Amino acid sequence: MSKPRNQCAKGHGAPKAKEREGEWDFYWCDVSWLRENFDHTYMDEHVRISHFRNHYELTRKNYMVKNLKRFRKQLERDVGKLEAAKCDFFPKTFELPSDYHLFVEEFRKTPGITWIMKPVARSQGKGIFLFRKLKDIMDWRKDVGRSDDQKDDIPVENYVAQRYIENPYLIGGRKFDLRVYVLVMSYIPLRAWLYRDGFLRFSNTRFTLSSIDDHYVHLTNVAVQKTSPDYDPEKGCKWMIQRFRQYLTSKHGPEAVETLFRDMDNIFIKSLQSVQKVIISDKHCFELYGYDILIDQDLKPWLLEVNASPSLAASSQEDYHLKTCLLEDTLHIVDMETRLTGKEKRVGGFDLMWNDGPVSREEEGIDTPGPGNFVANTHLGCNNDRKKQLRQLFRSLHSQKKVTS
Amino acid sequence: MLQEEEDLSLTIAHIVQKLKGSRLYSQLERQAWVSLQKPEIKLESLKEDIKEFFKISGWEKKLQNAVYSELTVFPLPRHPAAPPEHLKEPLVYMRKAQGSWEKRILKSLNSMCTELSIPLARKRPVVEQKELLNKWNEMGTDEPDLSLFRPVYAPKDFLEVLINLRNPNYENGDHLNLKTHLGLIQVPLKVKYISELKEFFIELSLNTGQLGIDDATQVPPELFENEHVRLGQKVLAEQDSAAAQQYIRQGSPTALRAELWALILNVSNQPEDLLYYEQLKSNVIQHDLLVDSLIYKDVKLTASNDDYYFVFEDYLYQVLLCFSRDTSVLGHFAYNSASPPKSYIRGVIPFHGFSMYVAPLCFLYHEPSKLYQIFREMYVRFFFRLHSISSHPSGIVSLCLLFETLLQTHLPQLFYHLREIGAQPLRISFKWMVRAFSGYLATDQLLLLWDRILGYNSLEILAVLAAAVFAFRAVNLMEVTSLAAAEAVLADLSTLKVMPLLQIFLFATIT
Repeated sequence: MSKPRNQCAKGHGAPKAKEREGEWDFYWCDVSWLRENFDHTYMDEHVRISHFRNHYELTRKNYMVKNLKRFRKQLERDVGKLEAAKCDFFPKTFELPSDYHLFVEEFRKTPGITWIMKPVARSQGKGIFLFRKLKDIMDWRKDVGRSDDQKDDIPVENYVAQRYIENPYLIGGRKFDLRVYVLVMSYIPLRAWLYRDGFLRFSNTRFTLSSIDDHYVHLTNVAVQKTSPDYDPEKGCKWMIQRFRQYLTSKHGPEAVETLFRDMDNIFIKSLQSVQKVIISDKHCFELYGYDILIDQDLKPWLLEVNASPSLAASSQEDYHLKTCLLEDTLHIVDMETRLTGKEKRVGGFDLMWNDGPVSREEEGIDTPGPGNFVANTHLGCNNDRKKQLRQLFRSLHSQKKVTS
Repeated sequence: MLQEEEDLSLTIAHIVQKLKGSRLYSQLERQAWVSLQKPEIKLESLKEDIKEFFKISGWEKKLQNAVYSELTVFPLPRHPAAPPEHLKEPLVYMRKAQGSWEKRILKSLNSMCTELSIPLARKRPVVEQKELLNKWNEMGTDEPDLSLFRPVYAPKDFLEVLINLRNPNYENGDHLNLKTHLGLIQVPLKVKYISELKEFFIELSLNTGQLGIDDATQVPPELFENEHVRLGQKVLAEQDSAAAQQYIRQGSPTALRAELWALILNVSNQPEDLLYYEQLKSNVIQHDLLVDSLIYKDVKLTASNDDYYFVFEDYLYQVLLCFSRDTSVLGHFAYNSASPPKSYIRGVIPFHGFSMYVAPLCFLYHEPSKLYQIFREMYVRFFFRLHSISSHPSGIVSLCLLFETLLQTHLPQLFYHLREIGAQPLRISFKWMVRAFSGYLATDQLLLLWDRILGYNSLEILAVLAAAVFAFRAVNLMEVTSLAAAEAVLADLSTLKVMPLLQIFLFATIT
């Protein structure tokens, strides 16, 4: 399946990356290129690049934990315990080996629970395993020296141990996680958009705690599932979020579902706020994040991780469609052609979630709701009639331009 | 007048007899005895007081629902002297056709048995029983070798049988005239005209609010949706089956659907139901039937490969394996033109796609015994008519005829064109109707459609929808020049919105 990225750039007609080194207006770059070149690349005013210099503050698990912990403390100090508790969407995590002693203390407090070990900077489920005994980590530390994939050598220091969520919400006996897309146009001030579409990734096998060695059960990344013995590529282990939202509504009722999605909004905002002051703000940068969320049986959402380069390869027709539209709408918001006024609250499938403050669904000026009636301008899992909206948007922009010119 | 009274008393006697054997009867009896303790019940006015007590405590409602359920499901005996076959199917030639079809299926099954040297049924050894019990919640992980099994028949085999149905008493005449039916079905059954359909489906008209149309994002919820949801909650609070059936004609809100369907189908969660299910489960554990392998194969071929239903694979086994052993299902054979095979297989023989009847229900019910009961009720009320030969207006033969007639009458140019290029429309739409569109429509749309099946207690809406789909894609279909191309135009129905299509076809097309 051809990459949605190329398809999209062609369709959009935006100026593309040019052949000659250094002569581009818009670059959807790899993080490795960024690392090497960002600091000594001059960019004109209008130029846009798809990553922030130090995005790893959000996307690498150990940094994210640190930033979140710090932010939580600050909230507790400045606002209060209740507000700080809203940051408790991240399962207890410890960096290893730096926090090893703290980890062992926590480990001893709650014996018998399962922990998950994740490498800080790898993706697609590589290098992850579960354990219940400290002895398992000892063995692993010895093994690391003679690991198979020595090419990408991750030093032992760059791992995190995280409390494993043992009561995930199951559908059909299977575990799943959600992939949600958040577009950040700037950190100072914080402007973030939430995409209405997203998907659930199912584990191919039934969930049980008894087989923690079974990689396939616990990890839901499509990349890992693709190697599972009963993986059937035609089957597609994904559901669109709309379907999930309907399923939950028929099972738990609309209020419970509203609460769940509100809690997810909270995860996005707080996680971005926690790195707001740390990320190097640069008006050329924007970033499309892929958030991985896990829901437990009490309908509480947990943040698993944030990806700076969410996979844009498509595993099915539906997936291809979603990712192409996602990219198209991202390009609309990046707005290389400066068609937008900057006051839009919705562009295609993206809703403006945060604009240096919460964004309300209500129209401004018409009966601005009191603090009790605030409804956020997010529509995750709702109807995405983006084509219609884009048509209306550009038509009105076009007529506005005519008037002013 | 006298005749009507006779009919009525016959009906009442019939229903009373049926209910006397039911659980509800013994519960009512018990309640009546208990009520004697109450001070309100006086000996002088015993009958009246007990009646009043039943009314207040909600038991009268339960009785009403049970009576309503019986009336809906069980056709009334036409004439006291009518033999039981007439209840199954009044037309002799249809009975004969069904009989010979069944013989063919059974023959095919038996030859598969001998070919593979597999017994129709065998008792499982204890070790195997234990294993199965452990795996009960994840039977989908089992990978038995099913390569030698074939589905007993597929919908298109059944279509061939229907095409060859003829009424020996009817002479079509050699010359074509305006009344000649150009479709595949050549039996003269009465089907509704579009004017009759408009009346029948009056709640779907343009002036009435619908879920599936008037709950779209652009429509402010105050206009229809909010009130409709409130009404739905009220209906559920009243626990009135008849009211629920009327209500659901305008669609069911997602959050209320599971309860509404259970109310309409008169399925409640009694401990006896749970026990019954457990007993069926133990039957499955103890005996292995040939039919089980057919079920496995069907699930693996259809539901497991569906993007949205694959997740419910395990539930499907838990329901279907029990279903094939449920002797109470045999009760429906009294009004089904089909008969249970006279061999060990005491139930329904699954065909290719059978598991798709269950899959959408998994969206609503998560507890296996409830899911089972709902499916069983849906089957004995509706689904069985989609694969047995009968003259019933909701039977598949009538649905096919209705579809073809609607198309020929209202889209004659399209019908003729498709016929000319060898793409008889029924060849494409048959599989949709046999499966009640399951697996072809998006799940939320399918559930809105099945709401109406329950609401109108009829499957005719399937034929209307099939015709509406053709009408919707008429422009593209006029351009095709082969059956394969026509199939391609109609291959993907997953983006269709069911209610607007139905509304436009019924009420906004010039007829």
